[in-house]
Amino acid sequence: MKQLLIVIALLLAAPMGAVAAAQPATQDDFVPAGSLPPAETLPAAPMVIAAYGFVWVAVLAYVGFLWRRLQKVEQELRDLERRVAER
Amino acid sequence: MKKAYVPMLVVTALMFAVAPVLIARAPFETTMGLIQKIFYFHVPAAMLLFGSAFVCGISSGIFLFRRTPSADRVATAAAELTVLFGLIVLVTGPIWARKAWGVWWQWDARLTSSLLLWMMFVAYLLVRRYGGPGAEKLAGAMAIFGMANVPFVYVSVNYWRTLHPKTSVVPTLAPEMRGPFWFSVAAFILLYIVLLTARRYLEAQRARVEALHLALED
Repeated sequence: MKQLLIVIALLLAAPMGAVAAAQPATQDDFVPAGSLPPAETLPAAPMVIAAYGFVWVAVLAYVGFLWRRLQKVEQELRDLERRVAER
Repeated sequence: MKKAYVPMLVVTALMFAVAPVLIARAPFETTMGLIQKIFYFHVPAAMLLFGSAFVCGISSGIFLFRRTPSADRVATAAAELTVLFGLIVLVTGPIWARKAWGVWWQWDARLTSSLLLWMMFVAYLLVRRYGGPGAEKLAGAMAIFGMANVPFVYVSVNYWRTLHPKTSVVPTLAPEMRGPFWFSVAAFILLYIVLLTARRYLEAQRARVEALHLALED
């Protein structure tokens, strides 16, 4: 019983640890921008380009996907209409 | 609608070509700087995520209560677009967050509920695709639940502690930022109408194919 409780406690603690790790660390003092690690001084321009680029790519990919499905259905429709007319 | 479709497509393309110029000319936000420019595409996409969930939910309701096939076609088209615009929101948001908050993702009320809303509509599409006979009714009920979730996602930032900006940002936008923002919103709405019309047409053609298959079997 005791072992089972330990296993349950560990299972519950694992996701909590993951959630805690996902939270940003608290900061109690001011840090000058120059002394920040490289990861904290990310340039904004590539990120803005990535975000806008993603929007364009996603929309164009969807339009292409829609167009392909439409062509396929139109072709099938023409074939079926021909077969119905031949009967 | 057929006559208006091509001009609407051209206007949408032109608006999306002009939008980046207006966004680039808009002033920088004081604390976030350049990264805040993501706002001009992120928020209109979020508005359409919510709007499209409503279109899907209302159409599904009409289909469930009146058995109107055209309403079901609109619901299917809107569900797919909800997933598309939701994906845009869920990708552009974390890119902005990484720079502005220092983290890609935060399991707070707004982000988590948005992810759940998006997953509901992914589930809708999966049910429609693999659910077998009667799947459209089950999916319709799911869409109504998805729609009911939208107001909670919207107000979540006002009731829970979160890093995400509150709903007061858009109404209090600076006049110089207002123009490019509402221009982007208009471009996104037009894009939505263009895509919804095309996707609904695809469903109508599929229905015709199905009817012809049945006619050939008889």
